[in-house]
Amino acid sequence: MILRIDNLVKHYGQVRAVDGLSLEIAHGEVLGLVGESGSGKSTVGKCVLRLTDPTAGTIELAGRDITRLSRRAMRPLRRDMHMVFQDPFSSLNPRFTIEQIVGEPLLRHKVADRRGVSERVSAMLEKVGLRPEMRSRFPHELSGGQRQRVGLARALILEPKLVVADEPVSALDVSVQASVLNLITDLQRDMGFSCLFITHDLSVVEFLADRIAVMYLGKIVESGPKAEIFAAPRHPYTQALLSAAPVADPVRQRERRRIVLGADVPSPVDPPSGCRFHTRCPLAYDACRTDEPPLTDTRSNGHPAACHLITADRIPDAAAHR
Amino acid sequence: MTEHAVAAGRAARRRRLWRRFRRRPMPMAGLVLVVGFVLLALAGPLVVGDPAAQDYLATLAPPSPAHLMGTDDLGRDAFARIAHGAQVSLQAGVLSTLLAMAVGIPIGLVAGFYRRWLDPVVMRLVDVTLAFPFLVFAVGLAAIIGPSLKGVVLALGFAQLPAVIRITRGEVLAVREMDYVAAAVADGAGDGHIILRYVLPNCASPLIVQATVAIPTAIIGESTLSFLGLGVQPPTPSWGVMLTTAQQYLSDAPWLAIWPGLMIALATLGFNLLGDGLRDVLDPRSGR
Repeated sequence: MILRIDNLVKHYGQVRAVDGLSLEIAHGEVLGLVGESGSGKSTVGKCVLRLTDPTAGTIELAGRDITRLSRRAMRPLRRDMHMVFQDPFSSLNPRFTIEQIVGEPLLRHKVADRRGVSERVSAMLEKVGLRPEMRSRFPHELSGGQRQRVGLARALILEPKLVVADEPVSALDVSVQASVLNLITDLQRDMGFSCLFITHDLSVVEFLADRIAVMYLGKIVESGPKAEIFAAPRHPYTQALLSAAPVADPVRQRERRRIVLGADVPSPVDPPSGCRFHTRCPLAYDACRTDEPPLTDTRSNGHPAACHLITADRIPDAAAHR
Repeated sequence: MTEHAVAAGRAARRRRLWRRFRRRPMPMAGLVLVVGFVLLALAGPLVVGDPAAQDYLATLAPPSPAHLMGTDDLGRDAFARIAHGAQVSLQAGVLSTLLAMAVGIPIGLVAGFYRRWLDPVVMRLVDVTLAFPFLVFAVGLAAIIGPSLKGVVLALGFAQLPAVIRITRGEVLAVREMDYVAAAVADGAGDGHIILRYVLPNCASPLIVQATVAIPTAIIGESTLSFLGLGVQPPTPSWGVMLTTAQQYLSDAPWLAIWPGLMIALATLGFNLLGDGLRDVLDPRSGR
């Protein structure tokens, strides 16, 4: 395992952004972490890179507990992981040239001198589909898609073992999204890094994830291989998410049953008792309001999903209701 | 190669900023006034006569070809004294501002960056000092340090300090939340590197503008302190000292008050216009 998160908790004052989350990523694996805005998925990414300090729980990078390491002790480990940020406009230092931005990890870890930096930056820029002449440009001279390629080049130049991609395409035009996603997929196959891919858009992870974990209000409600999640979602929330994604085939689009969730996402300041999803779940019954369903359900024999209604021979069907 | 590319990028950026600046009339007027003021301070004393030379045959003389700005009660040439006074004003304005920036920016950077421990202490101290009006604070400090140009620079510098700390710290608080700072941490950068190469450059624009506001404030401060007798001492000419003298002869020789007053007003106006223009040009959100 390159990454193992156990019972991670991160509270911002009263806000319980992440509230007991566990997940694992194997070497070379891409895990899609899916959730609505406010579900705490970005916070997980920041905790993994120790850009924010977890409240409780443990984070292991390649078997080493990094949860409580000091900033200084973390520094050498940062060679092995990096991040692609959501906003291509605020994630690049406006006072740096592209070469300075992309070359920064090399210089900080002293793996190249200034001359070597120039060559490696050129090579990396070509890998992400940018002309090496871009090196002398400043971020504000680039388009959103180009900037996100620069962010990708910076994250990958040290050939890290783990890359956290926090909604790397959601700020881009739809036409640019596909090309950046293709690029990430190609680079991942080439370089073999593991990836925690955070997104609110299931259609994005369908494209490149090996496994998917669905997050709701600071917890994972379902996780499993991509094919299983898409073919046979077990948790009512996952079913609702999948039913909301448009289908490209107009005939099937018309036929499919949509599950419309009532109410808004509850506040993470005061999450609902019992199952956190019960306020919006069309199938909720008494036990859901009082008892919290565990993620690993021993009664069933499929991938883990936290729902009381799952039994060995039955999975809930949110669409069948009403 | 690398250095060239970076330098070329910088130069291009400077040229673009200058093009944007040049098109605006008011900042250009400000620039002209400031350049004129600096020239007067640097070259003026070389051209004009001795500011202390007295001509008892022409005391309180009105402006004439011999004395372009007239003479004062001791028959000293007002133009010579204005030119030498410009030097005092420039020194008081620039040096005290440099002092405030040199001390205040590092404090503001560190306080804003290490918000948890240092910030509350520093900011409460700043709040206490900001409770005193700028000039009252400066007068108090000047009275303690003693009247001289050095005293004026120190007093005005320290009186400006709280404002510089507060502005720097405010900018740091905004900049440190940017994703590129988080990215720098992920790059493996240490705190010192992040503060100097990421935070400081991105706080620079408002600080440059602050400097252009601080310099005229200090020029007025010097005049005020000298006017009150807490600043530059006669016979050294200073615009404030000249105003003090002129006050007694306001009805007989009004030009003695008009020239230094006008110079203070023009120098202040110049720096303010320049600062407004710089603020507009340096803010990337403003139109190209």
